[in-house]
Amino acid sequence: MKRRDFVGHVAWTGAGIVYALGTDGLVRATAASAKGQFAFVQISDSHIGYSGPANDDVRATLQKTVAGVNAMPNQPAFVIHTGDVTHLSKAAEFDDARAILSTLRAPLITIPGEHDVIGAEGPKRFAAAFARGDAKGRGWSSWDQGGIHFVSLINVGEGETMGVLGDEQLTWLADDLASRKPSTPLVVFGHVPLFAVAPEWGWTTTDGTKAIALLKRFDAATVLNGHIHQVVEHSEGAIRFATARSTAFPQAAPGTPNAKPGPLAVAPGSLLGVLGYRTVQVEGGAAWRERTLAQG
Amino acid sequence: MRTAFLGAAALVALLAAAPAPKTYTVEIRDDKFEPPSVTVRAGDTVTFVNDDDDAHTATADDGSWDSEGLNQGQKWSHTFTKSGKVTYHCTVHPFMKGTLVVRSAS
Repeated sequence: MKRRDFVGHVAWTGAGIVYALGTDGLVRATAASAKGQFAFVQISDSHIGYSGPANDDVRATLQKTVAGVNAMPNQPAFVIHTGDVTHLSKAAEFDDARAILSTLRAPLITIPGEHDVIGAEGPKRFAAAFARGDAKGRGWSSWDQGGIHFVSLINVGEGETMGVLGDEQLTWLADDLASRKPSTPLVVFGHVPLFAVAPEWGWTTTDGTKAIALLKRFDAATVLNGHIHQVVEHSEGAIRFATARSTAFPQAAPGTPNAKPGPLAVAPGSLLGVLGYRTVQVEGGAAWRERTLAQG
Repeated sequence: MRTAFLGAAALVALLAAAPAPKTYTVEIRDDKFEPPSVTVRAGDTVTFVNDDDDAHTATADDGSWDSEGLNQGQKWSHTFTKSGKVTYHCTVHPFMKGTLVVRSAS
């Protein structure tokens, strides 16, 4: 197994926490485990309803993901699904996804991807299956938990608004963050990356820089996204960004010659090694570890 | 009765003058609409065929029509009755854009 399968983020220097890469390849916190550790799990891009060369059983790989999370000895405070739960926003896809995700032991939070809001019925079906009761506008929300301020943003929508937050949501975000102290650990979720991973593939949020500007006064902000079906990390000052693996199929790495976004078939037997989820621990800053489905 | 007969005669004359409605095909392949621009007459039908290995939609920017999600091999047809130019896109790949021009039938 590759080193990057184990290590998403090796060292976080905020709040004096040191993460070390052990000889077994696992990252261990040498200070953070002492007290006040808060953990959650991010899963993403399950594309329930897809069936093709890249994965002929996306329900099975989501079930395997859920089984892996449920087997964690210390259950996370919550599991967040960062969108594209379904492939085509069909009613049966939402039913299947809901049935599998409802078997998670930890509470589930779900935000939509562009595949969950297709057509006139998509947004309604997503809302019926997964919407938060305290959501604002098209579904954005924030909450405080474990001393951390969490924000879930919506950057997909109807029509051509994929990759756009919009002024209404940005105004809400500015108001939401205004009263928070810079020392408050901040974790922000969204489906499409807020930073420009590959704009030519739709892998960016066009007004993401406006949201990023609002995060800059915080000592430690973490932005976690899905959409691109692979781990890409990025940082701007004290803001750290990471995109997540899919539970369904990989996509080409940005910049791959002659490639395009979309389901990427891998060699037989190697699919589980490129699917996975992320465990995140927060104390001061966030530190995370990637776990592939090949690891269970 | 006579009025109805004359109305029917006028309709027949109109149908004779106007070309029969046609069906055009837009293929979706490699994250592109092919051809990217199509001009039709009111009453013509356009069939969008997804030949790609990814899901796509053909969705009018102004919201007036929407294929919704098409898997590989699926198609969606729509008969255009209102003249004008409409740009459209794929909601899951917003960089995919197409143009449809509908000319009046007369």
